[in-house]
Parts: sequence; structure tokens; C-alpha cells
Amino acid sequence: MLKIHQLNKSYPIGDSSLHVLKGINLNVEEGEMVAIMGSSGSGKSTLLNIIGMLDEADSGEYILDGLPIKNLTEKKAAVYRNKFLGFIFQSFNLINYKNAAENVALPLYYQGIKRKERQEQAMFHLGKVGLADWAKHLPKELSGGQKQRVAIARALAANPKLLLADEPTGALDTKTSHDIMAFIQQLNDEGKTILMVTHEEDIANMCKRIVRLKDGVIMEDVKVTQDRAENYV
Amino acid sequence: MIKFLFDRDTWQEVFDSFSKNKLRSILTMVGVWWGILLLIGLLGSAKGLENSFNRLFGSFATNSVFVWGQSTSKPFQGFQEGRRVNLSLTDAKKVEENVEGIEFLVPRNQNQATVVRNFLSSSFSINGDYPLLDQVQKKNLIHGRFINQNDIDHNKKVVVISEEAYKQLFEKDEMPIGEYIEINKINFMVIGMFENGNVNMGPTSDMHIPFTTFQQIYNQGDQIGWMMITGKPDYNIKQIEEDAKLLLKNLNGIHPKDQRAFGSFNLGSEFAKVTGFLTGMQFLTWFVGIATLIAGVFAIGNILLITVKERTKEIGVRRALGATPFEIKRQIVVEAVFLTIVAGLFGIITGGWILILLDHLFGQGEDAAIVNASVSISVVFIALVILVVLGTLIGLIPAFKATSIKPIEALREE
Repeated sequence: MLKIHQLNKSYPIGDSSLHVLKGINLNVEEGEMVAIMGSSGSGKSTLLNIIGMLDEADSGEYILDGLPIKNLTEKKAAVYRNKFLGFIFQSFNLINYKNAAENVALPLYYQGIKRKERQEQAMFHLGKVGLADWAKHLPKELSGGQKQRVAIARALAANPKLLLADEPTGALDTKTSHDIMAFIQQLNDEGKTILMVTHEEDIANMCKRIVRLKDGVIMEDVKVTQDRAENYV
Repeated sequence: MIKFLFDRDTWQEVFDSFSKNKLRSILTMVGVWWGILLLIGLLGSAKGLENSFNRLFGSFATNSVFVWGQSTSKPFQGFQEGRRVNLSLTDAKKVEENVEGIEFLVPRNQNQATVVRNFLSSSFSINGDYPLLDQVQKKNLIHGRFINQNDIDHNKKVVVISEEAYKQLFEKDEMPIGEYIEINKINFMVIGMFENGNVNMGPTSDMHIPFTTFQQIYNQGDQIGWMMITGKPDYNIKQIEEDAKLLLKNLNGIHPKDQRAFGSFNLGSEFAKVTGFLTGMQFLTWFVGIATLIAGVFAIGNILLITVKERTKEIGVRRALGATPFEIKRQIVVEAVFLTIVAGLFGIITGGWILILLDHLFGQGEDAAIVNASVSISVVFIALVILVVLGTLIGLIPAFKATSIKPIEALREE
């Protein structure tokens, strides 16, 4: 599904440069649910951004579903992101003047899908996250958990191969976090491959595999027994 | 691209971002609105002035020249200088036959005379005229008719009087037609009364009598006072004037270089000066209007630049969700064009209102300062095309700004 080989990335800081990722090797199979952990500055977000094609590595290989991701033009990156990837952000990043259904339909708009079909699909995905009744509400009328669920519905809308979540529970309280995690686990049960960045141990333990980063190298890569979130709800 | 423009979603996006920032969008549009308003208002007023000017001269053939005889300033063919030059009907006929481009040639005569009616009397200028005068210097008749060919043929003692003369010779509400007035002790029947025009070119004319009658009572013979020549539309009246004068000098034994033998007043060139002024004013209007328009469009570009800055994160999200840079740019350009066009349309509509208002205030009545203040559809169309072009160009600046920042940096923006 996802193959990363000897990935390097550094950022220039003044005259010197900061080596953020130092030769990362990572393989993710289809249906996996991986937590990338590490303290701040460990390079976990950079790794996620490179996987998300929002950033590009200096050297190394990145193959997504057999497709080498290299030297992408902005346009191609946009098309790939749209087709292969679903993003879930810590701060939800919903567009505040569009209602829930419109937010969910946005990736479909950029796929060029017809309006009617888009609305149907958006409603379907909103139904899946249990917010069908909130379709016409603006983000400011929703709670944090609801917003994140809309964001998840949006990430799912384009039916991506890989879901990327950057601290999906970072802005939520414990109970809502567990709600969201239960939902993400359910998606994984249905076969979605999920990659998430987190620094919370309990959230990481709800994944099936934990990759620990420190100073740009992988310290540990272990499979864990999944802690089911519904036990906490 | 066509499909994109007719896509409901495109306009949904435009409308969304518009309604998100209603006040700002409206303020943005004020610049362009004002520019178009100025353009339409000023062009319409200029047109109104031109119309009023044309109406003022409408009764008068503007492409005309008056020629009269003076005294020679050069000796020629045995004649001394200082000889009095008189024009004759024969001269007039020769000029009409030989000078190219003449539409009408009207020989005229004038004299001062005391006119008496009952116990009222006053001095008036009496003109001997042909019916043709009515063609080149339209008489606005209130009552009766102008001199006709029958009057000429039979040397009839009839007179057409001006409203001014009527006021001096008649009681209020008295019907002048059919009444007799005494000119130089000869009774003339009043057959018509005309209104004094706003503009009087040439000598004042209080009364017109048939040319032949004039010849008879003043014993003029073949002599005429002056001739009025109008040129055909395609001919240069200045050239006609020169040709006619040269021919007249030839006919009357005057030195060809004698500048003073004939006097003339070229209405055509005087008129051209005024129309030149009007053209200049129109040019100025276009200049001011378009400059204001450009300033307005720049204001739109400026505001969109700020909007784009504020929407950096949103644009980042959209790009993460799969919007290509082209799609982002296209959207912003469409927004810019949309704002300019909406503002422009409002400007055109309110500009139209201003013109209606001007028409109500200054455009009523006979001597209105502004007549039918209006702009043509083609002007409106040109203004709109300019708006679309400028809107597109100015929209490109924020559009490129929006996509110049990487999506990852855009997402980090708070």
C-alpha cells in the first residue's frame, strides 16, 4: 500500500539546515491502522505531510499503491491528493461559510462530480458519521466532536485509499476523543488504511501499530493489540 | 471554460464568498460603480449639450457662408482702388452654376424702414427674400405661411413678421394674419408670423417681403445685399467660399488677390469651433471616466488581495482536498470579474437614473440646456468590455498570490 525507503528531509534555518527526517523506512499494508508518535520536533508531522503530498522529500523513495510519488507538479499533487488521500486535521479546517453537507461535498466538487450526485454522496457520508440531521448547519453551530465528524465525512467523501489524520483528537475532550476514535476504528474495521499522528499514548494504543519517531529516525515500530475505544464510551 | 462559466457551482462559490463579506464586497464595488456612473453621467450630459446645441442650430444650415460686397483695395483693369462693389442677381446665378458643391444659394436684400400700423410705428429691418430662405434658415411660424413663389411672381405686397414686430405693432391677442401694415407708406398684408429663434446668424430680420417686391419698392434693379450659400454635406464650406469669391472677383473686374472687396462670414468654420469644443469635452469625459474606472478596478484588486490573504488557510484546505492551482486562480478571477461587472451594471443603471434626473431638471421646455441626455448602447457595451478585461487582469494578481504560497504553509497559517 505504502512504501517509504530512505526518506530524508531538511529545512533551511538561516545559514544552516535542520535535518528533520533522517532516512525513514516504512511499509504500511492495506487495512493497517498506524499511529506515528513522537515528541514535538521529532519529524512526525513532516512525515505525514510528505505522505500527504503537501510537502516533498529531499531524497528517498515514496511509493503509494504502486505509484512512485516524485517530482509532482502542483496540479498533479492536487489530483493525487484528491484521488488517493483523505485528510483529517486537528483543527478540523472546515470552511466556515459552507454548511456541513457542502463541506463534505467539496472534494467531490474538485473531482468534477455532478451536483446532484455530490449532494447524495455527501448526505450518505454524513449519515455514516451520524450527522444527517445536521447537514444544513454551519460549522459554528456544531460542537467540536461534530465538526471532527464532518471533517471525517469529508475525508471519506472521495473514497480515498489512505486516511491521514494529524492529531485528530488534539482539540477534543477525552470523551469526545474516544467517540471519534471509536468511529475511526470502525472505519478501519471496514478496511480503510489509516495513518495518524498523535502524541497521546491512549489514542496510539487504539491503533494496531505504533511507530515512534525521535529526532528524525524511527526508534520503534511495533504491532500492538488494539484497545477498542467503545470500551471507554 | 464555457462549461465552467455556466456551472451553477461556480456561481455558488462566488456567491458564498460574496455573502461571507457583504459589506466589504459592496465597499469594494463602490469604486467601479462610481467610475461607470461618472462615465455614463458625463458622456450623457455631453451628449445632451451637443443635442441642445444641435437643436439650437437645427433650424439653420450650419454648413453655410454669407458673402457681401465691400470696397476694392487694389486697382485693377483700369479701375481705381476704393471702388464700391455691389453684388447682383446675375453674379448669384453664375456662382450657383459654376461653383462646385453648392446646395442652395439665397440672394437677399435688406433695408431699414419705418413701419406704421394705426397709431403705432417703429423702425424695422425689412428683408427681400425668396421662399428658399425657409429651407436654409427654417422659420418657426406661429401663424400663417412664409413667402411663396406666387408672391414672387406677382410682386405681391405681403409681409411675414417676427413675433417681436408683432408685439410692437399689435395689441395683445390680436390676430395679425390678414391685417395691413404700412411699410414706407405702402400697405402690406401680413401673411405670417414667426418666432424669433434662439440663435440669429447674420443680420437681424424683423420682416420678410417677397424679393421682387423689395426690388420694386426700393428700385434695386439687379442688385442684392448679400448672398447666403449652403454647401452640400460632403463639401468643405471654406473651399466653396474661396471658389465663390474668386469667381465674383472675376465677374466684377476685381484683383484676384484683393482681400477686402468681399466680406464674408463663414458659419461653417465658426460652427466647427464649437463642435470641436464638444468633441474635446467628450474626449475628456472618456478620459476621466476610464481613469476613474481603472482606479475602481484597482480597488477591487486591492481588496481581493486582502481577501486572499485572509483566506490563505481556506485555500490551503481546498488544495489539500484536491483543488488544483488553476482551479483556485480561476475562481478568484471569476470573483474579480463578477464584482466588476455587478458594480458596472449598478453604475450603468444609476448613471441612467442620473440622466433621467438631469432630463427632468434641465431637459424640459424649448430652451433646455441639456436635450435628451443619453449614451448609446455601444458606449455601454464598450464600457462593459473594458470592465471585463480590466477585471480579469486585476484578478490575476490576487489569483497568483493565492497559489504562490505552498498548501502546507497555507494550512499552518492561523
